[in-house]
Amino acid sequence: MNCTPQELLISAITDMIGDDSHIAVGAASPIPGCAALLAQIEARHRMNVTILHSRRHNSFTEGSRELFDIAAQGRIDTFFLGGVQIDGNANINLVGTGQYPQMDKRFSGSFGSALMYFVVPKIILFREEHSPRTLVDKVDFISAPGTSPKEVYRPGGPFALVTGKAVFRFNKEKSKFELSTLHEGNNLEDVQDQTGFEFDTSGEIHQTRQPTVERLERLRTEVAPKIAEFYPEFARRYFGQ
Amino acid sequence: MNSGPSIVSVRELAASIKSGSSLGVPADYSGVPMQATRELIRQNVRDLSLYCLPSTTIQGDMLIGAGCVSTIETAAVSLGEFGRAPRFSQAVETGQVEIRDSTCPALHAQLQATEKSVPFMPLRGIIGSDIIKHREDWKIISNPFGEGEEPIVLLPATKLDVTLFHAASADRRGNVWIGRRRELSTLVHASKRVLITVEKIVDTDYFETEENSAGALPAFYVEAIAEAPNGAWPCGLQDLYGVDADEMHRYAEMAATDAGFQSYLDMRVFGEDVLQASS
Repeated sequence: MNCTPQELLISAITDMIGDDSHIAVGAASPIPGCAALLAQIEARHRMNVTILHSRRHNSFTEGSRELFDIAAQGRIDTFFLGGVQIDGNANINLVGTGQYPQMDKRFSGSFGSALMYFVVPKIILFREEHSPRTLVDKVDFISAPGTSPKEVYRPGGPFALVTGKAVFRFNKEKSKFELSTLHEGNNLEDVQDQTGFEFDTSGEIHQTRQPTVERLERLRTEVAPKIAEFYPEFARRYFGQ
Repeated sequence: MNSGPSIVSVRELAASIKSGSSLGVPADYSGVPMQATRELIRQNVRDLSLYCLPSTTIQGDMLIGAGCVSTIETAAVSLGEFGRAPRFSQAVETGQVEIRDSTCPALHAQLQATEKSVPFMPLRGIIGSDIIKHREDWKIISNPFGEGEEPIVLLPATKLDVTLFHAASADRRGNVWIGRRRELSTLVHASKRVLITVEKIVDTDYFETEENSAGALPAFYVEAIAEAPNGAWPCGLQDLYGVDADEMHRYAEMAATDAGFQSYLDMRVFGEDVLQASS
């Protein structure tokens, strides 16, 4: 592999952003943040990137509610969500494990997921740790559901799941993940073993595309200095900024 | 004639916040009043209900760890890049603090309802989330303007006793510079009392030019202001200074245990040199 595991994930997410015109990045999302800025550099069309925790890459003037307002208006195409747990129906849990409210292990909370998951058309789920404790059959707490009954207003929802081992696409009709690509060094058996939910393997499964030398150069020299403004710890650890 | 807010010390400002108050708390990017927070802990304020817009960082974690908080309504408590909020997590796991889990746009909307003095605000999303199962104060109705049977969530208006935050500066008349951190206006509009610490008080009148007035919070909302240089430390403040990463790592590490957290308070809140510096 010509790149670090983090760079591969950034590159895989960049490929997914494609032709979208407004990408937003919320709390605690340095890898999606790098991907969004990289996609913007590579885009041949007009692309806005809004990073909530940045001053330079954030032109909101109405306060932090503006992100949720414009997402509800349909002005955000792509957003990223993570989870302490993610299950096979793409339900996400950012609250904790065990029984609510006095959970065994309490995490931060749901942030804006309970609206963003409903209104942004392309939600990319991201969780680097790929294990039976993060990818579970059923989440202990639903911060935001993967699918909704048809009477619920829901133009948005899950598009894909990117982990440290693989990329899945979400099939809304079946409410099920389909394995799309495996990162170099991983095989199907191991990924099935490390995933707590069942997923579809009937499609063609390729290896996750490696970033080109040019893309890596852009990431390391153009994106890394930008990310240091709002994710200084991440930039220091992975890019020596 | 003096129609402006009173100018007081940080100690006096904190002393005016009574135990049992509901307190509006800003997110890590909008001016965290850390010096005033340490003062609240020194003054042993109790039984606060924190309302976070829409999340909190070391401020909420320290107040919870120090036993100042009985309930917290928030979308998240997190130290961001520095990890989980250790005191918050432990207090929720052991039931020492009541958690009212919410989601960012709901926290904004409940204050926006108060801004408009209407009893509730509708919000899309949320349906199917476990958050609403534990919120008896939230209701689902059928959209009265819809054609079919679209369910939609209604959130009650929330009025806060006090809002406290830190800002870059205030002018001599008590207008406060908040720049584009307009969520602070939302907090202010929905609060009975507004207390602000600032880096400095300046001679510029913010309403003399249109350029400045766009980023100002009018003095008539504000009850009192205290000067607190570096008052957001170890959090950052707008473009004036960044987060102190070493201190945040130190906090995250020490606050992971009861004893470590007590040592942190001894060092940063109750230490003799700290008390001298703050008097």
